[in-house]
Amino acid sequence: MVEFDWLSALAGGVLIGLAATLLLAGSGRIAGISGILGGVLERPRGDTLWRGLFLAGLLVGAAVHQWLDPAAVEARTGFPVWALLAAGVLVGVGTRMGSGCTSGHGVCGLARLSPRSGVATAVFVAVAMIVTWLLRHGPLAGVLT
Amino acid sequence: MNGLIAVVAGVLFGFGLDLARMTDPERVLGFLDIAGSWDPTLVFVLAGAVVTATVGFRLIGRGDSWFGGPMRLPQRSDIDRPLVLGAALFGAGWGLAGYCPGPGLAALVQGAADPAWFVVGLIAGMTAFAVARRS
Repeated sequence: MVEFDWLSALAGGVLIGLAATLLLAGSGRIAGISGILGGVLERPRGDTLWRGLFLAGLLVGAAVHQWLDPAAVEARTGFPVWALLAAGVLVGVGTRMGSGCTSGHGVCGLARLSPRSGVATAVFVAVAMIVTWLLRHGPLAGVLT
Repeated sequence: MNGLIAVVAGVLFGFGLDLARMTDPERVLGFLDIAGSWDPTLVFVLAGAVVTATVGFRLIGRGDSWFGGPMRLPQRSDIDRPLVLGAALFGAGWGLAGYCPGPGLAALVQGAADPAWFVVGLIAGMTAFAVARRS
């Protein structure tokens, strides 16, 4: 099953790359989820509709795949609510301050060879690995249980 | 037409995220956990996405988009403090719960509380940052 997962991962990645290409070619926009969501929340004039439609499409696409293959992803249970809320706040503030997330910097930015996106991606992956280590193997092990 | 482009791109993106198992935060944490039983799934997702987007963006070129006028590409190339600090804060949140914005939103369709609490925090954080920047 591991090989199958790799193939799904690769195919899913290709679809994400196609989505980013389509949005840029068709509408001249970068498919960065944090920028699109942040833009909806800040409501700039006349610029909210396409963002809302993109996000609605995102949910529909995920729902369609889940309907086709319900066993693919199992919902997580038992993760502490405080940690989910704190993680959300950190990701919300961080992606707006740093002008992007995994999609805007990690996919679109790297594809454009943007130096800012290269630095941002290196920083958020490194910090995420350190935090995961701290929580699973380091001095913070046990905090989430 | 821009609305249609946005919907189709969103559907492809969301379908791809769930197909790639990115809506499973434990799989993402498995990738981030280099000291544990490392899960390479995310490498394949990122490679597939970046290679496809690199080729796609090359083919598009730098002219106008089909329906949305000129390409709105970020123009900056300076590495400043907010970029690095913001990326670090984002990484801390990502490593804490295993969700980044796209998968967190897409995981809402599972109908479970786990991604919903993350998205509540996400929206609160983004709103707080927007308010702080305006004042």
